[in-house]
Amino acid sequence: MPLLEIENLVVEFETASGPFRAVDGVSLSVSEREVLAIVGESGSGKSVSMLAVMGLLPWTAKVMADKLAFDGRDLLSLDVAERRRIVGKDIAMIFQEPMASLNPCFTVGFQIEEVLRVHMKMDRARRRARAVELLKAVGIPEPAERLSSYPHQMSGGQCQRVMIAIAIACNPKLLIADEPTTALDVTIQKQILDLLMRLQAEHGMGLIMITHNMGVVAETADRVVVQYKGRKMEEADVLSLFETPKSAYTRALLAALPDNATGDRLPTISDYFDDEARIAEAAR
Amino acid sequence: MSGPVLEAKNIVRDYHVRGGMFGTSRTVHAVKGVSFSVDEGRTLAIVGESGCGKSTLARIITMIDAPTSGELKIDGARVDIGKAALTPEMRRKVQIVFQNPYGSLNPRQKIGDVLGEPLLINTDKSAGERRDLSMRMLKKVGLEEKHFNRYPHMFSGGQRQRIAIARALMLNPRLLVLDEPVSALDLSVQAQVLNLLADLQDEFKLTYVFISHDLSVVRYIADEVMVMYFGEAVEYGTRDAVFSDPKHDYTRTLFAATPRADVASIKARLAKKKAA
Amino acid sequence: MADTTAIEAPIQDPSSARRLAEFWYYFSENRGAVIGLVVFAVLVVVAVLAPLIAPHAPNAQYRDAVLVPPVWETGGRAAYLLGTDAVGRDILSRLLYGARFSLFIGVIVTTLALVGGIVVGVVAGFFRGWVDTVIMRVMDIILAFPSLLLALVLVAVLGPGLMNAMIAIALVLQPHFVRLTRAAVMAEKGREYVTAAQVAGASSFRLMFRTILPNCLAPLIVQATLSFSNAILDAAALGFLGMGAQPPTPEWGTMLAEAREFILRAWWVVTFPGLAILITVLAINLMGDGLRDALDPKLKRS
Repeated sequence: MPLLEIENLVVEFETASGPFRAVDGVSLSVSEREVLAIVGESGSGKSVSMLAVMGLLPWTAKVMADKLAFDGRDLLSLDVAERRRIVGKDIAMIFQEPMASLNPCFTVGFQIEEVLRVHMKMDRARRRARAVELLKAVGIPEPAERLSSYPHQMSGGQCQRVMIAIAIACNPKLLIADEPTTALDVTIQKQILDLLMRLQAEHGMGLIMITHNMGVVAETADRVVVQYKGRKMEEADVLSLFETPKSAYTRALLAALPDNATGDRLPTISDYFDDEARIAEAAR
Repeated sequence: MSGPVLEAKNIVRDYHVRGGMFGTSRTVHAVKGVSFSVDEGRTLAIVGESGCGKSTLARIITMIDAPTSGELKIDGARVDIGKAALTPEMRRKVQIVFQNPYGSLNPRQKIGDVLGEPLLINTDKSAGERRDLSMRMLKKVGLEEKHFNRYPHMFSGGQRQRIAIARALMLNPRLLVLDEPVSALDLSVQAQVLNLLADLQDEFKLTYVFISHDLSVVRYIADEVMVMYFGEAVEYGTRDAVFSDPKHDYTRTLFAATPRADVASIKARLAKKKAA
Repeated sequence: MADTTAIEAPIQDPSSARRLAEFWYYFSENRGAVIGLVVFAVLVVVAVLAPLIAPHAPNAQYRDAVLVPPVWETGGRAAYLLGTDAVGRDILSRLLYGARFSLFIGVIVTTLALVGGIVVGVVAGFFRGWVDTVIMRVMDIILAFPSLLLALVLVAVLGPGLMNAMIAIALVLQPHFVRLTRAAVMAEKGREYVTAAQVAGASSFRLMFRTILPNCLAPLIVQATLSFSNAILDAAALGFLGMGAQPPTPEWGTMLAEAREFILRAWWVVTFPGLAILITVLAINLMGDGLRDALDPKLKRS
């Protein structure tokens, strides 16, 4: 049984200029121990669909789905309190801006222990021991001393490690990483990706990697979903996506990678499609 | 004109950080004696991670900030903005395109005014002439006449970057400093903008200093590559030399860390995962 | 160049009517703001048309009708809807004419404070260094005085009168604009479009007032509406203390001052000018709230 199952998810936003459909009929599923990458450019709805799963969208958003189930439970029919018990404990999420995701007013230790207190009901001593253990697991040197540091005293890479520590604090079954390395330097990105892959393997978590970077997809994913303008273009396992891309959009995306440049000019999306209507058509 | 368009010798830039009311002041060495030169029509890529001094160097080359010491020559003429005010002729020789297409255009300025402003300040062309020149440049970067009277917020990131490039070219510069011009853009748009830059370089014989952290883009666009690490140039050579035979440890680390999106490396990874 | 001429679709409809519609969408979400706007509009109309709609001249004294109560009280007369004051002047007419003074005060004081504050603030924020230090310390000193007391001292020095009161109030309100402008300029100055204009060769003056200033206006407009109501309030207070508009000017604060001794005998002589001040200030403040909702992108919900 898949861990997360989404069927025909639609998310609409109420804006000053009328309703805007950010996600349009996306279906996907993730199993335990699986790494699913959702790839897309900005405006593809890749983050919005996962925020909808987490129930983190603002009230102007309208979420509709034929099925939105986690671990066999229907998320849409749960009340707020029940949903909150799942979100943050069994499903955890990390974001793009590690500095902005941590509260600058509290120490790192406090923020890790807060999660443990709310979801795991641990006492003070056990919380502290677990926090040290977590920081060690995410590769932060001198974890016991680091607990009393504030976010601004750490680098971006270290903050992202702390975010990961908070995310895995309750041993989640599913971890959603929303562009976890986009704000980081390449060498740090490598470290964070390695860390995520190691933790995923160790804990047997399902991992959803939201990214726009084809290189990150190639280095992490088992299976890939390609999205464009809120629609799913293609779903394939990682090797066949890169070897024999089925949808024309994926082909165009791969050709636009500078790594694959053969001539003097890069092929662009417009060499494959002359307008959006045809991309949308190709999606069907 | 003979000789390189841009020549820099031993550029040093220090920042003094005051240590508050009772603390002692510190000196931060952002750039530690960097030398390079670029010939006409060529592209020098400056590669490095955040805090390596590449953006500081970009501001020095663009003559926004003065170097603490060192010699900067543009078209063979020595520039020192610390001593003498910049002449308009020197000013227009070097222009810059920034990373963030959302921050680099004035939100209250129509596109036509964005493009016309450099001409208004630096030349005594009439309003009609300015309009014609702006319109021609707008079309050159792939936008249309109807975009002339719109505001920046009505454009997508890629379109804004085209406008920023057009603005930089209005004064017919010799040298264009591109500070991460495509790193905020989507992949497909990135390809379009890189193509545009290549076309413009051919047409106007432009010289580029291309600052980036993305090695795959650098490999595609650069003729020469300089790798910076904590304010020092640890590697400097032609693209092929740097990419095929990196000398410095840091360059090798950088190459190893860059994710690879080719079938062979995916196969290798999957095989390794199966074995584990 | 086939591929470079292809461009992405524009994000938004370009017409300025559309921007106005969006502004109205956010403004009208705030019901209080719309009410405030309506009240303010009525007030402007009243001020403009005062000579036409006022039943009596503001300073005409009707000796036979001293301290006549409002029409619905026993002894009230239809000719004097809101009653008359101690020398037999029609209160309604005086209030209608008083609206002119209040709006006049608001406009002049806000303009003075805004223009002065913007120039000083832009200079401080743009040049920083010792210029900034000197300017901001002077502003701190002004802010260290209770504002009404300082205005009172200034009027005492300059001599009582409406014009001097307005200058004093403008001076007292100005530091708020200076601070706001300076903060906005400092935030905008680091943006890349400013550097781009600098690289294009723009002079400091052009950078300050053409490039940066238009992008700092949104918070200033909000502050201006709040200052508008503050100015009316302060002017009324100075008038009440006898330092603002001088009798027989039908200024609301001055009317209150003249009515002081009749508070116990004739409630209407104090109540109506007081209500007029209250309603005006409240309406303008509500409107300012709505403006902030519509102009501050940080509060916008997308």
